[in-house]
Amino acid sequence: MGISIDSFYSQPMKTIDDIIKSHLGSDGPLLPILHEVQAVFGCVDEETVRQIAHGLNLSRAEVHGVVSFYHDFKATRDPRPVVKLCRAEACQSRGQAALESVAEAASGVKVETVYCLGLCAVGPAAMLGEEVHGRLTPARFAELLEAAR
Amino acid sequence: MKVRLSDDAVALACGADAVAAAFIAAGCEVERVSSWGMHWLEPLVEIDGRGYGPVAVEDVARVMAAGAVASPPSPDEAGDRLWGTPIADHPFIARQQRLTFARAGRTRPLSLEDYRTTGGWQGLAKARALGPEATVEAVIASGLRGRGGAGFPAGVKWRTVAQASGARKYIVCNADEGDSGTFADRMAMEGDPFQLIEGMAIAGLAVGADKGYVYVRSEYPHAIAKMRAAIRLSADLVAPFVIELRVGAGAYVCGEETSLLNSIEGKRGEVRAKPPLPALKGLFGCPTVVNNVLTLAAVPWIMAQGPDAYAAYGMGRSRGTMPIQLAGNIRHGGLFETAFGISLGELVNDIGGGTASGRPVRAVQVGGPLGAYHPVGQFDLPFDYEAFAAADGLIGHGGLVVFDDRVDMARQARFAMQFCAAESCGKCTPCRIGSTRGAEVLDQLIAGVDVDANLALIHDLCDVMKSTSLCALGGFTPYPVMSAITHFPEDFVVREPS
Ligand SMILES: Cc1cc2nc3c(=O)[nH]c(=O)nc-3n(C[C@H](O)[C@H](O)[C@H](O)COP(=O)(O)O)c2cc1C
Ligand code: SF4
Ligand code: FES
Repeated sequence: MGISIDSFYSQPMKTIDDIIKSHLGSDGPLLPILHEVQAVFGCVDEETVRQIAHGLNLSRAEVHGVVSFYHDFKATRDPRPVVKLCRAEACQSRGQAALESVAEAASGVKVETVYCLGLCAVGPAAMLGEEVHGRLTPARFAELLEAAR
Repeated sequence: MKVRLSDDAVALACGADAVAAAFIAAGCEVERVSSWGMHWLEPLVEIDGRGYGPVAVEDVARVMAAGAVASPPSPDEAGDRLWGTPIADHPFIARQQRLTFARAGRTRPLSLEDYRTTGGWQGLAKARALGPEATVEAVIASGLRGRGGAGFPAGVKWRTVAQASGARKYIVCNADEGDSGTFADRMAMEGDPFQLIEGMAIAGLAVGADKGYVYVRSEYPHAIAKMRAAIRLSADLVAPFVIELRVGAGAYVCGEETSLLNSIEGKRGEVRAKPPLPALKGLFGCPTVVNNVLTLAAVPWIMAQGPDAYAAYGMGRSRGTMPIQLAGNIRHGGLFETAFGISLGELVNDIGGGTASGRPVRAVQVGGPLGAYHPVGQFDLPFDYEAFAAADGLIGHGGLVVFDDRVDMARQARFAMQFCAAESCGKCTPCRIGSTRGAEVLDQLIAGVDVDANLALIHDLCDVMKSTSLCALGGFTPYPVMSAITHFPEDFVVREPS
């Protein structure tokens, strides 16, 4: 078998301070810290922004500005699993619109928009965690959403 | 029995892991290799050089039986499946000129042994022997231009950085690949990560940089994992050059080089005004080479085989080969690397086989979400930077997205505006506000309200966005919008109520 895809940042017992400290040796540590916080805690909330600002000697406004700029960082935690559905042009051309009614009916799963997963010749495409799915039909998409819950 | 099967994300998205597990359960040895780039055939199984695809779990026993006796290929005139044909002889592969993707389908991505035995590290050895100046000269002589979109001569950029003075210098590999219809960077990173690393190390040697960053979009977890592993495995071979991987955070604009540098520095991904050029004042204020994955990945071949060999491919000022990505509603989609100069029609019809839906082709968007929509009437356009620019389009990162006759071009124009609004970094008003306004105006137009007045408004908006935006997100969004209006005017009239 090939390599197993190791999750980017998977050390669940870390505290925010541990995370900050572990990145202090690198240049421009803010994004890696935010990624790890988001992965471990499911969000980067106001209290965390304060801690990170303190740890990196930045103003809260600066850190907040960065957090709010990027789609990947969320201010509040949403406990639902996330399915990222590609809604970009190549998937549109392959009938992605037919998945919309399935997406609307989804319950217990959050369907997020993503613009391209690099699977543009086998769309419509979606991603659950790091698991990629192509050639989605409405029925297969419904199955994926059901399995994700 | 030994079975080869890709572990590229496309193969995984089409169920390759389950197929691999079924082969293993049936007693086969499964070797996970890179993808050949024939995406319509994934999961594509290879046994003794012969291909079977697409293979589902239920097909495993039949594939093993056919593979065991090497039964003669069963032809499929339409080419929609493969059953026993030697993969390397398949016209889709045989017609290509694969330099950057020479290893695609043939090697195990993380095998240093496979990499070395297929010519790996020869380019770096050559560069080390030649020294920095001659290396820069070689890249200039090859005619290699940036594959990220703008097409700036790579060697010229390297020379600027080499001659600049700074406390440190950096090589930054732009692996943000946000364009819809593109996946060549992803395939290069997942399938041949050492080649990219070698290219970065050569760049570092050429300009005097000892640190490199690869900035990979977060939507590519498999590429991130492969690159991380490859960086670790090859650290000693590229030392003293050091590479660090950084993950993007879901912002299309971070593919723009200065926005990307801000992002690595831990800032908002806002575009910086130029000058100063990143080559002079880039990452952390130091001279920085920012190059696309494909640009850097082309360099080892150029160094190993010589710049003249590379420049022998291509047309006009577009030298070498381009890994073209056939995407969207296309019958035979995937990666097609060939010399510049091939026509759009050849790519879509002869190689791509027309649409996957079997309906007539109506439009092809070339170069991502900021690229123009081309009608069939422009199918004789040669794949060349200047030819596309002259036709009010761009080749961008080389993605082609095919649409059939059911496409509504007014909606595509609206999508372009909406995308720009969603992804704008917010720095320029025409991009930030104009795109939102553009989407509203197109909504009205689609609803049949004041069609002529709204069309005139869109024209004006596009003019303003084009002339006053700081970067190509706001500046090029008019390409898809205006090309849709120009080439498909019938979609911009009052419609029958549906
Ligand atoms: C909005 C926007 C998005 C871009 N996205 C990418 C990208 O994803 N990858 C890339 O290599 N270049 C991208 N570019 C182009 C880069 O700014 C830059 O020209 C390129 O990285 C330089 O490398 P090259 O000379 O090797 O092409 C983008 C430009 C703009 C304006
Ligand atoms: S054109 Fe848009 S994305 Fe580019 S700098 Fe201006 S606001 Fe930012
Ligand atoms: S456009 Fe959907 S995966 Fe690329």
